[in-house]
Amino acid sequence: MLGTGLLQGLRVTARNLVGSFHDPKRFVTTQYPEERTKLPEAYRNFPFLVSESAEDPMGTLRCVACQICEKECPPQCIYIEKSRDKKPDANGKMQIFPAVFDIDTSVCMSCQICVEVCPFDAIEMDQVFELATTNRFEGLLLDKHALAKPNSYFHGIHPTEAAAVDGRLAAARKASEEKARAAAAAKAAPKPAPAAPAAAPAAPGAEAPKPSPPAP
Amino acid sequence: MSAPAQDSALERAPVLVRDWLTGFLPGQARWAANSLLDIIAILAVFGLLFAFLTLAERKILGRVQNRPGPNRTGWFGLLQPFADGIKMLTKEDIVPRAADPVLHFLAPVALLAFSILTFAVIPYGRDLVPVDLDAAVLYFFAASSGAELAVFMAGWASHNKYSLLASMRALAQLISYELPLLLSFVPVALATGTLSASGIVAAQSGWKWDLVPRWLVFTPWGAVAFAVFMVSALAESNRSPFDLPEAESELIAGHLTEYSGFKYALFFMAEYFGMCALSGMAVTLFLGGWQAPVAALEFIPSYAWFAAKLLALLLGFIWVRATLPRLRVDQLTRLAWKFLVPVALVNLGTAAFWSLSAPWEGPLQLLRWAVALALAAVPALLLGRGLSGDLGPRTYRYA
Repeated sequence: MLGTGLLQGLRVTARNLVGSFHDPKRFVTTQYPEERTKLPEAYRNFPFLVSESAEDPMGTLRCVACQICEKECPPQCIYIEKSRDKKPDANGKMQIFPAVFDIDTSVCMSCQICVEVCPFDAIEMDQVFELATTNRFEGLLLDKHALAKPNSYFHGIHPTEAAAVDGRLAAARKASEEKARAAAAAKAAPKPAPAAPAAAPAAPGAEAPKPSPPAP
Repeated sequence: MSAPAQDSALERAPVLVRDWLTGFLPGQARWAANSLLDIIAILAVFGLLFAFLTLAERKILGRVQNRPGPNRTGWFGLLQPFADGIKMLTKEDIVPRAADPVLHFLAPVALLAFSILTFAVIPYGRDLVPVDLDAAVLYFFAASSGAELAVFMAGWASHNKYSLLASMRALAQLISYELPLLLSFVPVALATGTLSASGIVAAQSGWKWDLVPRWLVFTPWGAVAFAVFMVSALAESNRSPFDLPEAESELIAGHLTEYSGFKYALFFMAEYFGMCALSGMAVTLFLGGWQAPVAALEFIPSYAWFAAKLLALLLGFIWVRATLPRLRVDQLTRLAWKFLVPVALVNLGTAAFWSLSAPWEGPLQLLRWAVALALAAVPALLLGRGLSGDLGPRTYRYA
């Protein structure tokens, strides 16, 4: 009949109007700066550097400045300078560390290739998106102090992935300890095994291969 | 019953305040001061109403779309209109090089002036008519149709093809809908026998069987005339679903394309003023003006009743805007010429029958209602069937 369609439409909008006041399922808006939606675990953008402890992030960076990520990065937004000296890492082992580790987030395209190629699980994807600055050059160039975030933070944003990484690292550490023990036992034996201590810092990636290296 | 209501302090407050302010002045000066006060009051009240109506519209549209609407400026976004005003004032005012600068400036001013002129004759309450003309309704429609010239002025002066096309569209629309708007008013004049706004309100006073108010909308022809009036008012004030002149999807912003800053704001102000004035006229003509719906509620002052009815109609405008999509030009003109005008013309006959059959008594009353309802409904249904006949996608044979 004439006008029934119009009335139906008016009914729908009226229901929406009333429903938005009492039905939270209808009213989906989050008041952003005050409230936040929980980001899905799979959400990722911009890499960060994982450190073992929150108190001393610079001393416990997993990164050993191997520069693989720098070479693999498609837009070449990573800049690394190796240190001259070594210092003990989280496991107390002497390692080279990155004297400079910069990521230019104005160039980074969040492709995650650096994360996939890292043999030390030292770089992971973050969930930050509030990177607005008043300076588009220095403000968007993050140095290692800005990039370093503790492992607990990683557990907070990507729990499944962080647990897998921790398991992998623990397995690698156990394997290397066993190897060292075996080498020490061999050393204690009459015939010394050559270059046993040198083999100890085996890369964790060697024992537990990561998902897949980027196909060329 | 109505005597104490007339004399209550709240009811007489506006007049008392005015007399207190201007009472000491002699004859002519007092008249001038009173007129000035009326103008100031209308501009202040409707200016604020405009400001908060934009906010209410945005909030309601937001809620209808399940989002909160503006809520950052002040409590619940109450200061948003003022923030918008400051933004509009501080924006650069650009006049295109090719435009006619005088006409380009005059168009928004003229539009606003015409829409403010219409406020002069609306009875806002008992004894609250700024100018109580004998032919108030004629004056109202004359002033409101001046707005069409201003719209065309804006399109012509902009010297822009989109503006010109849109203003021609606007003109076609406004002229098409002027006719049903006037025709829907004619039966009111026929039934009440007056063109004075306060006379029409007075004619709707009282209650039938002490229950149903004698508002014209509660008669068969009155309901039809009210519907036609409201649809035409939607079109006259360029509101959705008749907002073709500023259809941004096809005409950028129509006749507003070359306007920026405060001139743009003036156009918006004129649109809302026009909407308020037409709603006020609809209240006056069909909804009993400032009269209370129930005798027991007469202690609420008359201007409050007028405001309540006005706001209800304005919310209806917003509700319709939130619901209906925009019409095409051919649908728009077809609705006016093939539906609204014939319905309004037939309605004139219905109203004539209704006033001729007024003395009928007893069972003849039933016959009167049956005939009037049939006269009101059947032509509308038949015409409506023809209207929705070929509403499918249009075939463009030569395009």
